[in-house]
Amino acid sequence: MANNLFPYAPAPESRAIVDLAPSYGLFIDGEFADAADGTVFKTVSPATEEVLAEVARAGEADVDRAVRAARRAFPGWAALPGAERGKYLFRIARILQERARELAVLETLDNGKPIRETRDVDLPLVAAHFFYYAGWADKLGYAGFGPAPRPLGVAGQVIPWNFPLLMLAWKIAPALATGNTVVLKPAETTPLSALFFADVCRQAGLPRGVVNILPGYGDAGAALVAHEGVDKVAFTGSTEVGRAIARSVAGTGKKVTLELGGKAANIVFDDAPIDQAVEGIVNGIFFNQGHVCCAGSRLLVQESVQDELLESLKRRMGQLRVGDPLDKNTDIGAINSAEQLARITALAEAGEAEGARRWSPACELPSAGYWFAPTLFTGVTQAHRVAREEIFGPVLSVLTFRTPAEAVEKANNTPYGLSAGIWTEKGSRILSMANKLRAGVVWANTFNKFDPTSPFGGYKESGYGREGGRHGLEAYLDV
Amino acid sequence: MSSSVPAYGPDAPGRLAALADVTASDAALRRFLHGLPGVDAVGLEARAAGLGTRSIKTTAKAYAIDLAISMIDLTTLEGADTFGKVRALCAKGLRPDPTDPGTPHVAAICVYPDMVATAREALGEGSGINVASVATAFPAGRTALPVKLADTADAVAAGADEIDMVIDRGAFLSGRYMEVFEEIRAVKQACVRADGTVAHLKVIFENGELATYDNIRRCSWLAMLAGADFIKTSTGKVAVNATPPNTLLMLEAVRDFRDAVGVQVGVKPAGGIRTSKDAIKYLVMVNETLGDDWLSPEWFRFGASSLLNDLLMQRQKLSTGRYSGPDYVTVD
Repeated sequence: MANNLFPYAPAPESRAIVDLAPSYGLFIDGEFADAADGTVFKTVSPATEEVLAEVARAGEADVDRAVRAARRAFPGWAALPGAERGKYLFRIARILQERARELAVLETLDNGKPIRETRDVDLPLVAAHFFYYAGWADKLGYAGFGPAPRPLGVAGQVIPWNFPLLMLAWKIAPALATGNTVVLKPAETTPLSALFFADVCRQAGLPRGVVNILPGYGDAGAALVAHEGVDKVAFTGSTEVGRAIARSVAGTGKKVTLELGGKAANIVFDDAPIDQAVEGIVNGIFFNQGHVCCAGSRLLVQESVQDELLESLKRRMGQLRVGDPLDKNTDIGAINSAEQLARITALAEAGEAEGARRWSPACELPSAGYWFAPTLFTGVTQAHRVAREEIFGPVLSVLTFRTPAEAVEKANNTPYGLSAGIWTEKGSRILSMANKLRAGVVWANTFNKFDPTSPFGGYKESGYGREGGRHGLEAYLDV
Repeated sequence: MSSSVPAYGPDAPGRLAALADVTASDAALRRFLHGLPGVDAVGLEARAAGLGTRSIKTTAKAYAIDLAISMIDLTTLEGADTFGKVRALCAKGLRPDPTDPGTPHVAAICVYPDMVATAREALGEGSGINVASVATAFPAGRTALPVKLADTADAVAAGADEIDMVIDRGAFLSGRYMEVFEEIRAVKQACVRADGTVAHLKVIFENGELATYDNIRRCSWLAMLAGADFIKTSTGKVAVNATPPNTLLMLEAVRDFRDAVGVQVGVKPAGGIRTSKDAIKYLVMVNETLGDDWLSPEWFRFGASSLLNDLLMQRQKLSTGRYSGPDYVTVD
């Protein structure tokens, strides 16, 4: 399909709305402060490799200080009537909405994801999460956990770089609604939106110490989850780190939720609505550059429609616009870090070496920054690494099946179990497949749809515990 | 795709004949239409909305505005239409912005059959603007076939270059697909002029009355199999007319039809498209669903009246940097 007549002129979102300081501190006890040992690190824009700011790097001493601050704040915060805590959360939600454009641009700068997504997906969901849990704060007695469920204490939370502010919302909103206080460590490549959130907390007049933000690396995360003053650990990230956390808290009284990796099957039957299935496949794997733990990274397509579907999929992939994340027409932005790019590149090379056929649409990648073209592997079998390992990038592996039973068998044949997708016009098949798939979330005729009212979490190596919805309260209550 | 042929050329009937078994009987046609992939309404609407967020600025906007103007079937379909009104509309279509001769002219003037001769005369020879006439008892289509055919033949004889027919929605909704198919074929026959040339046939579905997306996809294939040169969303006379999702679905249908049969068919959304912003969203859908091959008045039209003035105001804004106002474009 030729597209020469109607090229879209650049439509960049202005970054003037974000007032970036040259340096940022840790947010402890309501104040920004330098790290105890004075260490700093730089955070860069993955689209340009431009240094955005210098950020204080939390160490063990800072973790200790932050946990103590959270402990001090806990009794007062937990004693507040639920309606009062709800007021703070509603206020935070409204401020997030008011500052949505600023935070969207900031997130795009620091993360590399397209402004279209931060504007239309991340920020609306962030605010929705706070609104949703604000509503629960004074109704905890009716949530099904007894008449007056008690909070746990201090929550140590470690979040990933793929949805920095959204993962923060998933963690902080239910924790605060239930009366816990929080120490949160954002990922080292994307600390800025969490620090802006600290400013939102101040703007909302949140009591000191209720939310503490510690930018830093894995060592700070490890110190946080191991700290004896922490009652609850919540982690979203890789399965490897999740295992280490599970080991470190084993035998302590800490309550843990882990939301880890995935290798989701997106299953397309021969009676699927083909055009919408193609959209769902694209949204499943290329949304957020494939940096999504529940990404539909394995396409399982019924053999009888394989050719037709792949032809449509390739044509659609040819329309994906890769480039400047701040351009409002960009569909696929930058890979978050050089490290992640190296991992994606290595796994894609392994796919080729193992004999799968690699295909990408013609697309020009920017010269600076970290980029990876949307990629399709066909001829993939269960034995290929690209079908087994989480790539966490814009790489789709296509496998085929002949019968519904074979689809279930292949879909479940993974150590993970976070999400799955089913595409069919037949309602009964949706229900029967959903019962058989070992995945925490099963989408039918859609993919990557999120809502604060819906619980989210995995089976097997994808972790345990649920976030979101009424179920998400349980992780932060002493029940 | 160089092997595809236009729906209105001499080669299309041969291509369609290859699918003769599909249209051999009512049962075969029904099986075929019901065997088309289903449409997921939520997904279709999400895709149309997603394409609607494209940000078309500066040079791209200038291109899109001029292209949209050149694709307009400038329409008046009122009981109150007069010869004077039609002549005024023709003048507007020829020179949409008298202050700027660089403004493209519209694609066609669309009128009722009894106004065709007037429009033909007002446009003169060699204007490059076609006369389109609605026919077949537009908009309801509730009359006997001989009347519909006479209506069509009359418009063609009066000089219509294009006929916009309505299908029998009642027959379609009650599952009498073959009847709809035969009627379209008969109307296409009535489009043949005395000299053997043929007026282009646009087939109006009235999507608002077909109601479901599955119906719209089936109707698209049915009309294309019957020889439609264009498929058109609606009459503009019911509550729901062209929408981005129902138009996107028809764009996908003409794409799939060309892939399968090798015949290229045009698309015309009509009714309810009033602003430049809306028109540009439709052009983005064409661009990202069909590409260059459909980005011309030959293959994509807007059935509209008030849209033109909004495009002209946006065009003036782009060249002068200021918004003018409704008194700086002509009202006809």
